[in-house]
Amino acid sequence: MSTPASPTPASPHPAVPFGQLRKPEAGNEALRPDPNAGRRSAISAKAFSSWYGSFQALHSLSMEVPVNEVTALIGPSGCGKSTFLRWMNRMNDMISSARAEGTLDLHGTNLLAPSTDVVELRRRVGMVFQKPNPFPKSIYDNIAYGPRLHRSMGRSDLDDLVEQALKAAALWNEVKDRLRASALGLSGGQQQRLCIARAIAVGPEVLLMDEPCSALDPRSTAAIEELISQLSEQYTIVIVTHNMQQAARVSDRTAFFYEGRLVECDETERIFTRPKHKQTEDYVTGRFG
Amino acid sequence: MRPKGMSSVPLPNLSGLPTPGSPNADQGGLGSQRSGDLLARAAQRGRPRSGPARVLTERLIRWSLFLCATLSVITTFTIILILLKETVTFFAMPEASLMDFLFGLEWTPLVGAEVHFGIWPLVCGTVLVSAVAAAFALPVGLITAVYLSEYAPSKVRAVLKPILEILAGVPTVVYGFFALSVITPGLKWFHDGFASFNAASAGLAVGIMILPIVCSLSEDALRAVPKALREGAYALGSTRFDVSVRVVLPAALSGIVAAFLLAITRAIGETMIVALAAGGRPQLTVNPANETQTMTAFMVQIFTGDAQAGSVEYQSSYAVAFVLFVMTLGLTLVGNAILRRFREEYD
Repeated sequence: MSTPASPTPASPHPAVPFGQLRKPEAGNEALRPDPNAGRRSAISAKAFSSWYGSFQALHSLSMEVPVNEVTALIGPSGCGKSTFLRWMNRMNDMISSARAEGTLDLHGTNLLAPSTDVVELRRRVGMVFQKPNPFPKSIYDNIAYGPRLHRSMGRSDLDDLVEQALKAAALWNEVKDRLRASALGLSGGQQQRLCIARAIAVGPEVLLMDEPCSALDPRSTAAIEELISQLSEQYTIVIVTHNMQQAARVSDRTAFFYEGRLVECDETERIFTRPKHKQTEDYVTGRFG
Repeated sequence: MRPKGMSSVPLPNLSGLPTPGSPNADQGGLGSQRSGDLLARAAQRGRPRSGPARVLTERLIRWSLFLCATLSVITTFTIILILLKETVTFFAMPEASLMDFLFGLEWTPLVGAEVHFGIWPLVCGTVLVSAVAAAFALPVGLITAVYLSEYAPSKVRAVLKPILEILAGVPTVVYGFFALSVITPGLKWFHDGFASFNAASAGLAVGIMILPIVCSLSEDALRAVPKALREGAYALGSTRFDVSVRVVLPAALSGIVAAFLLAITRAIGETMIVALAAGGRPQLTVNPANETQTMTAFMVQIFTGDAQAGSVEYQSSYAVAFVLFVMTLGLTLVGNAILRRFREEYD
């Protein structure tokens, strides 16, 4: 069985084959690294600031994104959470006026450095967008797109990888008989799961999700949330969400942003039950925002 | 209860409605009995429009709009009818035969003793010139479009795009001169085999002429590809080239094919360049270094030469025009079909 996980030996996550993901159970809590002892960070920001032209979108924030956990970024619109997310795989490079200062490390190497190979960075840090954006190609070709970019792979290996990725994204059973059909014929929720499958098919370590459920109906949302919980066993996930219940349901840690500043970042349970800051409390209880 | 601000308004406010600018505009209103009466009376002033007159005007307008809209349809059908009628006249002549026209391999209407009206040499000339034009303009135009849409910084784009559009505005007779005075000597310098009039020179000039069409329409198609697709591709670790070639180009394929077909249609119909640069000897050849004659160039020759109206060679040009019309119509229909089919799939 092929293991499409990252080929680099330094890969921080265990190379669990896609098909063998366990469903989250109560007992799994014990398997998580102890939150207070020896937690490794996939991404860490130190004194990180960002600008669009002369507008400062993020003010000197520092936070850690622990390995194999789900970190939710919450806050009102325009608070900078998406900007922060889009720096983690340098998607902001596409905006010519965007610039950043401070450090943003992926496993200890500053990904803001000019020498960073963005192609390799984006292979290691995948992204799922707000609106499902499958390519106007077949389901198979959507999944195979990324792997074909990065490796030359035999036909049967690629077939196997596509199957594993679709299984990991809980989409295999729905599409296995129509892999050659256009991905645009899928429902919105299926398209989003396809996009997740597409992102994990290149063997990333980190998955960034920018409001992945905001364009979906409640049932599809539930399916994606379930998927996020499953994927967090193998991937480090950072999710931006406007939906506080969603943050509470899926994340291990939550960071609250307000007007370009990181107000508070802590265990999700603590953020939602006894936050340190009044602003956080007001926001999570729905008093503003 | 007239609002205070009223007194300062120079025109009498007969309706009793508050003027928008007055400070208490919201307070006069229809609420009060008196202003309601005033309004009802004010609305009854003047002469009522006649109902029948209104219906008549509406009908008149509708018909004149419809006439304008059908003008192009009428024109098209008139052209087809005239072409058909004159073509039938041609085939009714003793010198002409439909068999010879469709299967004959010689086109020698002006030789005198032995005239032949086999359409293939002319079709061959047209296809040859168009093929040279397409071989030049389609790749160059598409690559330019990809550059403009995916690579070019906005400053470069702001310069390049208008220059390309200037190219589209150059009269084709100028391209003809350009072919004769620049391209043909260049080709002859490159290789002795090129005749003084040749298909390659005309084809290249036609290619330059259709370049802006290919480029501008293809670029429109490329830019219409949603930004979300590009972002999705970049987020998977694509290079700019990967995004352009593996995602954007396939997604824009229908628009690009339509642009190609439209450009080729223009190349087939192009007249002035080929009349000047391709020569006047119809021959069945695939070598672009040879002199050739296209269908359009033949028609120019007939109508500007000393062929008598009503003579067989004069009539033959209608048959040629009819073939040309069928060819371009076919391409247009194919282009529309492709555009429709793929657009549906994309939505």
